[in-house]
Amino acid sequence: MATTTGTTQAKPGPPVEEGGSGPIVELRGVGKSFGNIRALSGVDLKVSTGEVTCILGDNGAGKSTLIKIIAGLHEPTSGEYRVDGRPVKFSSPREALNRGIATVYQDLAIVQLMPVWRNFFLGSELSTGAGPFRRLDVKRMRAICDEELQKMGIDLPNIDLPVQNLSGGQKQVLAIARAIYFGARVLILDEPTAALGVKQSGVVLKYINAARDAGLGVIFITHNPHHAFMVGDHFVVIKLGEMEFDAPRSELSLQDLTHHMAGGAELDALEHELERGQVPEVDPLHGVKSKESVEPELPHQAERKG
Amino acid sequence: MSQTLTPRATSPEGGSEKALRVGQRSLLRRFLSRPEVGSLIGAVVVFSVFFTVAEPFRQASSLSTVLYASSTIGLMAIAVALLMIGGEFDLSAGVAVITSAITAGMFSYQFTTNVWVGVGVALLVSLTIGFVNGMLLIRTRIPSFLITLSMFLMLQGLNVAVTKLVTGSVATQNISNMDGFASAKAVFASEASFAGFNIRATVIWWLVFAAIATWVLLRTRVGNWIYAIGGSKESARAVGVPVNKVKVGLFMTVGFMAWFVGMHMLFQFNTVQSGEGVGNELLYIMAAVVGGCLLTGGYGTVIGAVIGAFIYGMTRQGIVYAGWDNNWVMFFVGAMLLTAVIVNTWVRTQTSKR
Repeated sequence: MATTTGTTQAKPGPPVEEGGSGPIVELRGVGKSFGNIRALSGVDLKVSTGEVTCILGDNGAGKSTLIKIIAGLHEPTSGEYRVDGRPVKFSSPREALNRGIATVYQDLAIVQLMPVWRNFFLGSELSTGAGPFRRLDVKRMRAICDEELQKMGIDLPNIDLPVQNLSGGQKQVLAIARAIYFGARVLILDEPTAALGVKQSGVVLKYINAARDAGLGVIFITHNPHHAFMVGDHFVVIKLGEMEFDAPRSELSLQDLTHHMAGGAELDALEHELERGQVPEVDPLHGVKSKESVEPELPHQAERKG
Repeated sequence: MSQTLTPRATSPEGGSEKALRVGQRSLLRRFLSRPEVGSLIGAVVVFSVFFTVAEPFRQASSLSTVLYASSTIGLMAIAVALLMIGGEFDLSAGVAVITSAITAGMFSYQFTTNVWVGVGVALLVSLTIGFVNGMLLIRTRIPSFLITLSMFLMLQGLNVAVTKLVTGSVATQNISNMDGFASAKAVFASEASFAGFNIRATVIWWLVFAAIATWVLLRTRVGNWIYAIGGSKESARAVGVPVNKVKVGLFMTVGFMAWFVGMHMLFQFNTVQSGEGVGNELLYIMAAVVGGCLLTGGYGTVIGAVIGAFIYGMTRQGIVYAGWDNNWVMFFVGAMLLTAVIVNTWVRTQTSKR
């Protein structure tokens, strides 16, 4: 497991164009509407080098919209998006990528039918030769892909396999390795641990740590506060398209985070309600006989016996 | 699943272990996992059948006729296969060939220019048709099936209507005595004989274009993008592939090839029947699918489409040589398509198992 640390040092290196000590990516009051549906409003966010910013939120809270804005897929309809202190308007993910902002999507942006190495270099293929004889440098791409995956602890029998033959964890790590190899300064991870088992999640979390130690800014989107608290430096909770909570690590505990994540004030009310015993009446489980549960059988039980 | 992220440290002999596992994937298995393998087997079977039952099929001159029949479908099948790998259809491809031929023929004749001027104008028209197909697709996001079906019907009508309007008949005028005809015929419709074996220009062009297309598909960035946009458009866009440009480019490639085949028809027959071409678009798709292209995109090869077209050519001519009723051709082509699709699907599920 120790192999994950140090892996990021051997890559070609993120393009170092540090514009002072300010944040690489900064959002100021960013919002996004689709027609008259407001998906996101008033979001402030800063991502600096060597820092993991965790964005937490329930399903439909607006996390995906936020990522798409940062990644350059959507333009915000209000507010300001700055990179290296200057306002930007990205019209395609390519532009964001050129500024070192790389995204690993939930669906991983991989093409299932294509071989592993072609996926690794998709959109940033290495070429050799000149003029009409310019061609893919297949040998080098295969070698680099193999090496980068081995660094991350994946040893595939054959990198010509279509990606659809890989496991969920392997696909995830392939996507992360790809983003890091291509000189990401800010790495956006969209729920990287959502579909993974405990052990595989651990590896991904270690890789997030390694990326931070190598000087990358990481935006880690998750709805698991435990995972977030293990690696995060800064936490943002989004709810119904608005920021509910925003605090550095020093100002909160895992309990606070879990609390906010689970709904904060609403949860308190619910807890209160439950304590007072206002529970809707539920039939006892089959086979568990409480005092009141007398014989008249439920219709489906009768059916089964007959 | 639980072993997928085994760190390297726990397997120090990763390299040798890996080499071992690569070795286990046998040559036969790798061969069988090629998309065009089903069509190759099919080609051998069809060839053997006609070789056995049709005596004239065994002669060298028959082979040259078969190759010629294959090449006129095969040239278009190359472009259509690229488009299908990129995840789209072009139902207008069949009549677009005729549109191009009519344009060149009528333009040269009506304005009494050198035929090469007409050829140039036809190229522009063909590329524009492809461009319009592609732009309509990416602007409206309507499936290419519907867009190119509309284009197909419109071109079919235009071909006949405009020809009738200008020439008063359903065919274009004979242009064989016009300036530049000889040189254009040499490029698009010449033939040469080697020791009794007659070879047509289209056969050579067919193989040349197939080689270029294969090289582009497997060894260039654009080729990588074609597979990617066919496999998953969203993923490709997310990693920075210019999806729209590639799609428009693919439609224009079909346009280019339609121009090429149209020029062949014009200079082969000197005149063009404006109602032709209908139905050919499905033969191109048939050839590509027999060759292993998936209807859903992202998978297939140009070599497969070439073999698919060759099977078609063999069947078409083989039935004639065997002395059977010509009306059986389409029945056999259809049966072959069905068999090829079933075999291809079966082979793919078998070989993709680990």
